[in-house]
Amino acid sequence: MVQETPWQQALRNANRANPYPFYEEMRKTPVSRQPDGTYVVSTYRELVELLHDPRVSSDTRKRPGAIPGVDPFEATIITEDPSEHDVDRRRIMRHFGPPERPDMITDMEPEIRLIFTELLDGMKSKTRVDVVDEFAFPGPVTVICKVLGVPLESIPLFHDWIETALDGLDLGPEASDPEQQRRLAAVSARVAEMRQFLADLFDQYRKQPGPGMLSGMGNDDGPEGRLPGGSLVSNAMLMLFAGHETTVNLIAHSVLSLLRHPDQLEKLRRRPELIVPGIEELLRFESSVQFWHTRSALEDIEIAGTTIPAGSTIFVCYGSANRDPLRFAHPDKLDLERPDNQHVGFSQGIHYCFGAPLARLEVQIAVSEFFRRVQNPRLVEDPPPYRHNQIFRGPRHVLVDIDGIRD
Amino acid sequence: MTVPARVAELVRDFKANGRIVIVGASLAGLRAAEALREEGFSGPLTIIGDEPHEPYDRPPLSKQVLKGWVPADHTELPRLRELDAQWRLGVAATGLDRTAKQVLLADGERVPYDRLLIATGTRARQWPNPTEAALAGVYTLRSRDDAARLRQALAAGPSRVLVIGGGFIGCEVASVCRELDIPVTLVERGSAPLVGALGGVIGEIAAQMQRDHGVDLRCEVGVLSLEGDASGHVRRARLSDGTTVEADVVLASLGSIRNVEWLEGSGLAAGFWGVGCDAGGRAFDINGVVTDSVYVAGDVARAPHVLYEYQFLAMEHWDNAVLGAQVAAHNMVSLEPDYRPHLLLPGFWSGQFGVNIKSVGVPPFGDEIVFTQGSAKQRRFAAAYGRRGRIVAAVTFNNGKWLEYYGRMIEQSAAFPPPLPGWDRPDDMKPIAADFPEPGVPTATSDVVLTGHDPNQRTAEFRPRGR
Ligand SMILES: Cc1cc2nc3c(=O)[nH]c(=O)nc-3n(C[C@H](O)[C@H](O)[C@H](O)COP(=O)(O)OP(=O)(O)OC[C@H]3O[C@@H](n4cnc5c(N)ncnc54)[C@H](O)[C@@H]3O)c2cc1C
Ligand code: HEM
Ligand code: HEM
Repeated sequence: MVQETPWQQALRNANRANPYPFYEEMRKTPVSRQPDGTYVVSTYRELVELLHDPRVSSDTRKRPGAIPGVDPFEATIITEDPSEHDVDRRRIMRHFGPPERPDMITDMEPEIRLIFTELLDGMKSKTRVDVVDEFAFPGPVTVICKVLGVPLESIPLFHDWIETALDGLDLGPEASDPEQQRRLAAVSARVAEMRQFLADLFDQYRKQPGPGMLSGMGNDDGPEGRLPGGSLVSNAMLMLFAGHETTVNLIAHSVLSLLRHPDQLEKLRRRPELIVPGIEELLRFESSVQFWHTRSALEDIEIAGTTIPAGSTIFVCYGSANRDPLRFAHPDKLDLERPDNQHVGFSQGIHYCFGAPLARLEVQIAVSEFFRRVQNPRLVEDPPPYRHNQIFRGPRHVLVDIDGIRD
Repeated sequence: MTVPARVAELVRDFKANGRIVIVGASLAGLRAAEALREEGFSGPLTIIGDEPHEPYDRPPLSKQVLKGWVPADHTELPRLRELDAQWRLGVAATGLDRTAKQVLLADGERVPYDRLLIATGTRARQWPNPTEAALAGVYTLRSRDDAARLRQALAAGPSRVLVIGGGFIGCEVASVCRELDIPVTLVERGSAPLVGALGGVIGEIAAQMQRDHGVDLRCEVGVLSLEGDASGHVRRARLSDGTTVEADVVLASLGSIRNVEWLEGSGLAAGFWGVGCDAGGRAFDINGVVTDSVYVAGDVARAPHVLYEYQFLAMEHWDNAVLGAQVAAHNMVSLEPDYRPHLLLPGFWSGQFGVNIKSVGVPPFGDEIVFTQGSAKQRRFAAAYGRRGRIVAAVTFNNGKWLEYYGRMIEQSAAFPPPLPGWDRPDDMKPIAADFPEPGVPTATSDVVLTGHDPNQRTAEFRPRGR
């Protein structure tokens, strides 16, 4: 058998809990060509450089051999280039943040706090909890539904769709396993169902406007006009998805990382205000979006002694760049007070995470409330089982024994 | 004792017992003071400022403050840490005695120092005719008090505002006037607004932007005189093309003058373009010898820049003040080999007529320009400046996220024109002449200026043309 590259090994299921030794190998070649002709960028400097390079496209339709309509996120802002990207992002941002809605996120704080408070209240009689199923998952999902205006009753429905979709995507050497092929086969029907669900919801809001972004986006007559129908649905799906997966994983990972680093947890207990820089460090340490896969070179790009030929797919590996020792001193150390912590957990440049202010607020509240109220939490299983998806890397369960819940 | 151990000992001792004085209590002064404490300096620290106010921020003065969004006295700079400094506000430094190592104050006091930081910045150039400048309704804009006065005048609903000079501040004020629905005339001696800073090609776009927003823009004309009414309030201006403009508010935005007069006789290389210093912020004396105890930062500093043929570069920009202050502070409490250079790529931003303008590098150093991204017509684009086949600067209109990419190319002296982008290409990507005014043409001066190789450049290159 041919020796697998560190990247291929990092993508293997068995290495999901700890891809970092492979990343370390990868960084020896900052921009490395893979056997299938794709390029992986693993170092901070080069990654940031490419995020700001106008010869790099995020538009998957521009890739040679792209099959239109295969990807559920085709024609969303995350797969568009300027100028379409900029116009569409503004059309959506109007309903989410500054300049039109500068207070939208901060105004949600009491509601978000209540959601996590109730979840913790629900653990009161328990001695063992699953941080993922009982806390990290339901919180952000409820929040994003409220932000978007998706009825809370439908959570179980699209949870199932999204999980199926997530499990279906494999970009590593195990993609061709029969089991994985079966998972992949299940995807398109689920994605179609989800599109239909959202399309129906938009129709409903068009007849009867309601609270939330979807109603706003569907009825908008802003200066740059409304998003066209198909892209309304795709972008709604993107947000539902992004608001769903990434935040969940960051909360789960934050609890896990702090339980693994009692000194840092102790520090946080003594100085609760450290939650603000702390969340940045926790995201650097375990990045919810390990890499992103939709970029490609539109021209030949010379970088780090390599030429990425026009047409090549480029994977930007945020999880590795965030552990690059050339950028972060002692990168494998968790340090809630890390100075100059300009991580790339939310990316940089024009695709910088749209939801970052919301995600930050949610995770700050969730993690500080968790450790304020949960008495004597102890990890039951380390490492915990991980989910299948390579991009949105996170534990499937984090079982914790507890002595009780404070008021 | 080994030499490194001895040096370390000296540094430790200085950090504990040295006396540091900062003259100029604004952005550069405050940030330097904070950086000194951050560096572990615990000796006595004195900050001298002639304004009575705590350090405040200037960029909002021509933007949020004039619009009435933020009161002028709500612009204090955020404090980044405890200072434990002695503040001497409301008293100017009037002299420097380098032999005795003392700063002379207007109240007669002498403040001794071991290390001195000069951060006295610039002031607004006044309308040259003192009688006309004294008319009620004639303003300049540099300080918080200036902004409060001008804001009040705008809030009173003047019949027309006349802005003299199309540099950044003039353009920003014209933009605010239009936002407030106040008629405004802008008179610029050069061929277009911003021509000194960005050249004629971009200036033309800025001009179009102004006209689209209803500014009465007059280029290639000068204001000859201002006339007042019987009560001493300004009423009209006579222009060099024979026309008159009726206006009851006049803003003279004629560029700035460096605050170096107090250094006269000190033997430092101080003059029209500021105080010459090395790239580490150490001041030169008039013979071009670097001093050990006097440092410079902010708008008043001019230092050689590696990227621009080691010419002395004077930068009147916010981030230059912040970074220059940090570098100077570090070097004030360090010894060789721990000196750090101030290697900032110049950069600025401006908001006007709904467009966010940003630039990196030194545009006037270039002689060619090429549009690289977006569309000039939509006022959403990036353009790069080149000189002899190298990229030396870039400007963006509503496209600031791409500036970093150009910044990196400038740092690497990459080839000009730069590689084609993959998308959002402008219709025409041929380099053309950037069209800067000839040196010596008295247009609103650019606020980033290459001032030659002479550390002791004391004379003016150009002055407003005699009227
Ligand atoms: C209206 C306006 C808008 C601006 N907008 C932008 C912008 O959008 N972007 C940007 O990059 N930059 C902008 N700038 C420029 C930016 O504000 C300056 O670069 C910055 O203030 C420089 O800081 P400084 O501390 O070097 O000098 P200054 O802020 O000029 O401070 C010098 C201080 O020293 C005091 N002083 C002078 N002489 C003496 C003396 N003899 N004794 C004691 N004290 C003395 C002065 O009164 C002053 O308080 C703007 C400036 C103005 C006026
Ligand atoms: C901890 C939580 C989150 C993390 C770590 C995260 C991370 C990221 C990253 C890395 C990208 C850039 C992808 C690329 O390389 O192109 C991105 C983009 C995006 N994110 Fe997030 N995200 C989080 C939460 C959210 C939330 C809650 C929302 C929804 C409100 C959201 C919406 C988006 C959108 C719409 C984009 C695309 C932006 C664009 O292309 O212009 N994200 N996110
Ligand atoms: C719900 C989660 C997702 C599912 C189920 C999913 C599913 C799929 C599937 C089934 C394919 C085809 C793979 C193959 O042919 O081997 C695919 C390809 C692709 N997906 Fe996704 N995807 C998901 C998330 C995303 C996201 C968030 C993006 C980015 C916006 C994205 C971008 C792409 C791209 C660019 C391809 C084409 C890859 C190529 O042709 O090389 N996917 N996706």
